[in-house]
Amino acid sequence: MTTALRRYPVLIALCVAALFMIVPFLIVTVNAFKSPTEYAQNGPLSLPDGLYTTGIKDFWERVDFGQKLVNSVLISGSVAVLAVILSVLNAYAIGIGRIKGRTWVLAFFVLANMLPQEALVYPVYYLSKEVGLYDTRLSVIIVFTVIQAAFGTYLLSAVLGQFPREILEAARIDGANRWQVLWRIVVPVSRPTLGVLLVFFFIWTWNEFLLPLVMLISNDNQTVSVALGVLQGQRLMDATMTNAAALLGVLPAIVFFLVFQRTLTRGIAVGAVK
Amino acid sequence: MTVTVERNARAVGKSNAQKPPRGPRDSYALFLLPGALAFLAVIVLPFVMNTYVSFTDWQGVGSPEWSGLANYRELMDDSEFWASFRHSLFMVVAMAAIPTALGLVLAAALFDYVGKHFGSRTAAVLRACFYLPQVLPIAVAGIVWSWILAPDDGSLNALLKAIGLGSWQQDWLGDPDLALYSVMGVMIWVQLGFPLVIFMAGLQRVDPQLYEAAELDGAGWWRRFWHITLPQIRPEIYVVLTWCSIAALKVFGAVYVLTKGGPGGATDVPSYFSFTTFFEKTQVGYGAAISTVLTVLILALSLIGLRLQERTDP
Repeated sequence: MTTALRRYPVLIALCVAALFMIVPFLIVTVNAFKSPTEYAQNGPLSLPDGLYTTGIKDFWERVDFGQKLVNSVLISGSVAVLAVILSVLNAYAIGIGRIKGRTWVLAFFVLANMLPQEALVYPVYYLSKEVGLYDTRLSVIIVFTVIQAAFGTYLLSAVLGQFPREILEAARIDGANRWQVLWRIVVPVSRPTLGVLLVFFFIWTWNEFLLPLVMLISNDNQTVSVALGVLQGQRLMDATMTNAAALLGVLPAIVFFLVFQRTLTRGIAVGAVK
Repeated sequence: MTVTVERNARAVGKSNAQKPPRGPRDSYALFLLPGALAFLAVIVLPFVMNTYVSFTDWQGVGSPEWSGLANYRELMDDSEFWASFRHSLFMVVAMAAIPTALGLVLAAALFDYVGKHFGSRTAAVLRACFYLPQVLPIAVAGIVWSWILAPDDGSLNALLKAIGLGSWQQDWLGDPDLALYSVMGVMIWVQLGFPLVIFMAGLQRVDPQLYEAAELDGAGWWRRFWHITLPQIRPEIYVVLTWCSIAALKVFGAVYVLTKGGPGGATDVPSYFSFTTFFEKTQVGYGAAISTVLTVLILALSLIGLRLQERTDP
């Protein structure tokens, strides 16, 4: 069979391509554990002699990485929860309540979702200074809650629009009011989609760069992404430090990826075509 | 929970049954209130303000001075502005065109080939490798790549040297003729996983009998790809192209971390250009004009994308 002969080359080609995708991660991991002298002598492509962790420790302390992690978790976590709640409230009115003019309302949310942050960044910066929220984590939480909820509303309205009407009718006949229907029936039934949104919002907010860069000036408030981006932009790091920075930046992403692999791919399928 | 609802239902069941089955619809609008207020404050107000400021001369302090279309006229003659949008086109190639084309071939190969002959687990593992860069913060991707592409002790140059191609070593991000292509390469790496995952999800919808029938008719892999895969996932292709083109127009973090728009403006993009105009040159009116043009472009793209999607809906 010719196919059997041709089968493996294709697989090998795909594996090589996949390897190319993950090589940067591997190189970073290998080099993060080298001492500066070792790096200078053997270059980036050799395997480390031992586990040199001083570089990572130094970097951790120098940028107060623990604080940055706390900030990122706090901001991303709050945004994920609040944006899901806001999306549920909006989508309940649009998808299930079928309020008048819902097409326009939905179009508005889609537009809000498409708007580039560049068109909001200066006014947000200016207005937050006016109301005394500039350089606070709260300001970033508020802005991203709304931005993420735009996408959430759009997706959830489509999902809730197909919610089985019989269940809603039954609950109404049982005398449940709208508030009870929302929290006792709609939310539990839509839990898978809400879980997907929660994960998405968390990771998206974690990765955000432009607005947090503008809004979070002081070191104590910065997120991981901003702190690392600013450091890199200053061009003050030597090779070993850059590696430590890269490794510490990559690790949380890998953790999310492994934990949420399933949710993510399922979620992408949900959001892809609607 | 349900028990109490039921008990309540018995108590009020009678009175409820006599009511018309639907209450006034508009009371649902109350649920929209928090969202509407939040959107007005965080999105509508800043956006209106930004649009207004784009017609004024303003340094960010005092009150903006109305200048009509002056900023836009200036933009039209600003070579930096045109260059930044030209670089955007390169980004669209790197983030929309190439990843979509590669993603299609990869998705079809993983789905119709690896999945069939080597099991879906192998396909899933490979898919995960391609998707990994997508979950990385762009700032971190930038750090990783600026280090790999560093001129003196970067991995890429070290590798070239190791395999005897020392003469090919370059200052990948510091050479004005090369920097844009290097950034493009990084963006392809970042973006590739997204189309791949969407297309693989889309292929799940395709009836396997189509492929079987084609195989029985003796259609090779390439013909199956061309006549079945492509037409079947056309909606996904439009979604991905639209979504990725918009993302390409908004590139900021990668440019900030990799090159700061340099060397000599060789990798400047609209988003970064507006950022420096706002916060470094403090020409707020001018920056607002740049971001307004960007917004108009993005909304136009979104509308085109939505139109194409509608046309493909069965």
